[in-house]
Amino acid sequence: MKSPDRNHIVVPRPTERRYYGHGIPGVDVVQLAGKLIAVEGADGSGRSTQIAKLVEWLEGCGHATVQVGLKRSTLVSEELEQAQQGNILSRTTLSLFYATDFADQLENIILPALKAGFIVLADRYIYTLMARDMVRGMDEAWLKNIYGIAPEPDAVFYLKVPPGELVQRTFAKNAALDYWESGMDIGLSRDMFDSFMKYQTAMEKTFRHLQRIYGFTIVDGMRSTDAINAELRKQISGVLAGKQALDGQ
Amino acid sequence: MKTFAELNFPGRLIAVEGLDGSGKSTQIYLLKRWLELEGLKVYFSEWNSSELVKAATSKGKKRELLTPTTFSLIHATDFADRYERHLAPLLRAGYLVLCDRYIFTAFGRDVVRGCPPEWVRGIYSFAPLPDLTFFFKADLEVSLQRILDGRPQLKYFEAGMDLRLSQDPYESFRIFQGRILEQYLAMSTEFNFLVIDANQQVEKQQSVVRELITQRLDLDQFRRAEPPAPLSLAEPPKRLKREVPVE
Repeated sequence: MKSPDRNHIVVPRPTERRYYGHGIPGVDVVQLAGKLIAVEGADGSGRSTQIAKLVEWLEGCGHATVQVGLKRSTLVSEELEQAQQGNILSRTTLSLFYATDFADQLENIILPALKAGFIVLADRYIYTLMARDMVRGMDEAWLKNIYGIAPEPDAVFYLKVPPGELVQRTFAKNAALDYWESGMDIGLSRDMFDSFMKYQTAMEKTFRHLQRIYGFTIVDGMRSTDAINAELRKQISGVLAGKQALDGQ
Repeated sequence: MKTFAELNFPGRLIAVEGLDGSGKSTQIYLLKRWLELEGLKVYFSEWNSSELVKAATSKGKKRELLTPTTFSLIHATDFADRYERHLAPLLRAGYLVLCDRYIFTAFGRDVVRGCPPEWVRGIYSFAPLPDLTFFFKADLEVSLQRILDGRPQLKYFEAGMDLRLSQDPYESFRIFQGRILEQYLAMSTEFNFLVIDANQQVEKQQSVVRELITQRLDLDQFRRAEPPAPLSLAEPPKRLKREVPVE
């Protein structure tokens, strides 16, 4: 179609990078030349679909990509899954277990990929982990200290979908609500639907709070998949050209 | 940071710290036996022993998957599990809780591995300070000899091989332990360690420990309501069982 562009590959422009806190001992943040893009949002917000489309687009444009997500580490993912099935973890333990999972993927996948100049797409990042814990009453400063190991992404997109719509999408797919995504461990309500609505509302509120601190981009997740993807591509193109992602509304 | 007493927990936590081979585990075992035989409510917890987290930790160690950061976090997870599930509830119930290693082990080891001290301390900030911390201070050579005599096969992380201090596990272990000892000594005043001379005989050390505990705690507060039933009475006598009518 656009023949002059067909073989033209955009070489990403370097941008300044920093860790949120102390970072990882022995890994100089300056070496992390690739791009880190995080997509946040509840289950059913369309995260995975959007990431799959972004990977296709990015690879088509000649960029090497790597994907990471929660509970995917070699070190603890199985054990974490088992522990959650039994529902026997207290909140600090669960929080630290997830932090271990994140740190393992950070050191073994994210940092090496960034050093090698890859574009890393994170299917949720530290913000979901922090928000979940904050909704469970954990101390924000405590969480910030732990996740000070994380490098600041080049862009963070929060796919915002109201709880009422999330519940519809979840039922259309599974006909059942997830125990943890409904916050059943907190005891908000013995009614699962009620608990889901309360929990997701609290999560959304916490994300708004985190957005003010970390300045990520809020994306209206109620539009069509293509419309959302077009917005993400536009923003990411900007990031590759060395621009800052814009804070959405 | 406050102790359990300062936070009005009815129970008290006693921790022992020291290098591998300092004899602290022997001492806390003897302490536990004494307190139990006195009829007190006692619970004992060991570092790195949470059933839940153990599988992941041993996999990480065996396959050498751990970095200083994940080493630190996985041990914190283990500690948190024991803390939330056992230590805190038992301390609320007025138990004497004995810990073979507490947060200071992490403060020492993780910092030697290169983690920032403030980061490590921040992670463990959910845990109050022990009411008494015994530090078993043995000469470095004495501790090294005890370990190296008994267990010539040193494990990778135990020897601090991940720090690349030396290709030789024994040399690496010596340097690693030496650095941890420095960390302990630096923490000694800050955290009011009760320093026990671990070069002395076992009995001498134990009598100092018991003496200090008697001085600082009112042990009668931790007495069981009733003495535990002797083992022979734990099961109903067989004669009674036979009287149950058979249909």
